[in-house]
Amino acid sequence: MNTSTAITKMPTAGYGAALWRGLKSIGLLRESWVGMVGAFLVLFWVLVAIFAPLLAPFDPNSSIQPFAKPMMAAAKGGTFWLGTDHIGRDILSRIIWGSRTVLIYAPLATLCAYTVGILMGLAAGYRGGWVDDVLSRIADIILSFPVLVLYIIIIATIGASGLNIIIAITFASSPGIMRIVRGLVLDLRNRDYVAAAQTRGESDWKVMLVEILPNARGPLIVDACLRLGYVIITIGVLGFLGLGLPPPDPDWGGMVNETRQMAMAFPHMTLFPCIAISSLILGFNLLADGLREISLRD
Amino acid sequence: MVTLVVKRIGFMIFTMIVVSLILFLLLETELTGDPAARVLGQFSNEEQREMWREQHGYNQPVFLRYVKWLGNFATGNLGESIRFKGPVADVMLPRLWNTAILGFWTFAIMIPLSLILGVLSGMKEGSKLDRSISVFGILTTSVPEFASAVIFSSLFVFGLKWLPGTSSMSGGFEFKQLILPAMVLIVYDFGYVARMTRASMAEVMTSQYVRTAVLKGLPYKSVIVKHALRNALIAPFTVIMLQINWLLSGVIVVEFFFAYKGFGALILEASLNNDIALLEACAMVAVCVAVTTQTLADIGYTFLNPRIRFS
Repeated sequence: MNTSTAITKMPTAGYGAALWRGLKSIGLLRESWVGMVGAFLVLFWVLVAIFAPLLAPFDPNSSIQPFAKPMMAAAKGGTFWLGTDHIGRDILSRIIWGSRTVLIYAPLATLCAYTVGILMGLAAGYRGGWVDDVLSRIADIILSFPVLVLYIIIIATIGASGLNIIIAITFASSPGIMRIVRGLVLDLRNRDYVAAAQTRGESDWKVMLVEILPNARGPLIVDACLRLGYVIITIGVLGFLGLGLPPPDPDWGGMVNETRQMAMAFPHMTLFPCIAISSLILGFNLLADGLREISLRD
Repeated sequence: MVTLVVKRIGFMIFTMIVVSLILFLLLETELTGDPAARVLGQFSNEEQREMWREQHGYNQPVFLRYVKWLGNFATGNLGESIRFKGPVADVMLPRLWNTAILGFWTFAIMIPLSLILGVLSGMKEGSKLDRSISVFGILTTSVPEFASAVIFSSLFVFGLKWLPGTSSMSGGFEFKQLILPAMVLIVYDFGYVARMTRASMAEVMTSQYVRTAVLKGLPYKSVIVKHALRNALIAPFTVIMLQINWLLSGVIVVEFFFAYKGFGALILEASLNNDIALLEACAMVAVCVAVTTQTLADIGYTFLNPRIRFS
């Protein structure tokens, strides 16, 4: 099939068109090598997380042989490619399973924060007036906290668990998202198509969600990538401080916390989880940079 | 200008009152669990808890307790720390001083470094130097503080044996012990300031008056130093002030990692030990520092920017 007929056959409206445009913008990423490297890193960890049961050589939580150095052969067959930790758990398997933990909680927390942030931002920007005043003041106050102090207070009072981490992240980062959305809405709400929708008699929420929000998606996608990186850092830091997910399930920050006392004699125990978390964050940050570069070009 | 300053300071006080209310509700009321159980531990019985509540006035109405609590706070009566068995102020002040020393050295190195890198990459947007500095900045901000602390200490402490691995200063103040914590903070934070400086510089470089200066044949160096820099450095001023907020988060991780006896480690210790009086005081101080620097940043920005100052 030659390309010109392929293009003419493409649907011009509805979900098909949106999907096609989405695929095309991923294709555009080729033009930015920074973005490509980022996309590759993220894709790598997503695949690792999906195929974790197939890739992990050992069970991540069972104690096999303590203090094994990297590349050491296991007594019962197999190799500890990255060594084992102080309780004898295979580090490579824990890193592989840990990618699942991070790639479930981080996007989930980001999604929750975005849902709350977008609704607040739409309401503040579109309604204006006292709604805007109240929501903006609330956002200012939450944002005036040093982030980690806020997390420590929240986790200290409601306890450390997966759900509570999501609640804490939503609480702390939705005001930032709200500010961005509010700014975009203030710019978009005076456009002709918004006026047209209002004249048609569409409800406020329909105008906000169907007319305004899709047109604000560009900057929001870039911000979401950056924010995913921050959320991964947050989850890692909370794990490192001992405020993260409860043991024994592997979590990269928690792995560093458990073994850092032994870093002197066994640096591999802390070093590999650090490299894993940094490479995933780097992936999201480079992807965001690539997307921004492309969005600025056209 | 005056109304703006008054407005900003008013909002600052308002923020601190709301924050104190949030802290009070979270830590001192039954909203998030029984405070008596939190202080006395899971295994205390109801009788002990009731006695504790009676002793510490927890049976009074919430509103009255809040007013009393706020009054104590305002008059400097911060209460007793359970963990350190002493007045909160005595525990907190030396720790604050230690963190101020760490913060000072971090800023003293980070600000010139990030401004120079930001200006260099913003001078010629899209150049090879610009792209390298940008990617390097992204790389360093992608490594969380605890990860770079691990990487640096395995390199400089275990590998090369140049620097001590802990910074507890147990044998008196030693500058050598300050190097690694400051380095971790600088590496994590400088990328952001550099990026903001770059954006501001790049914007100024495309402005009409810089183009005029170039076209009338001024030497490139004097265009940059005399014309571009003065305007390009207004925005980074705000960013640097706001960076203090980030630094307060960063010191928690770094001080915990290197066992540095500072304010950040104290907040963490207070929360892990359910030392509520200490946690409240630390959180209030942290928010006060953050809000004050934000206010100063806002006022300073309008003061530095003549377009706003004279309007």
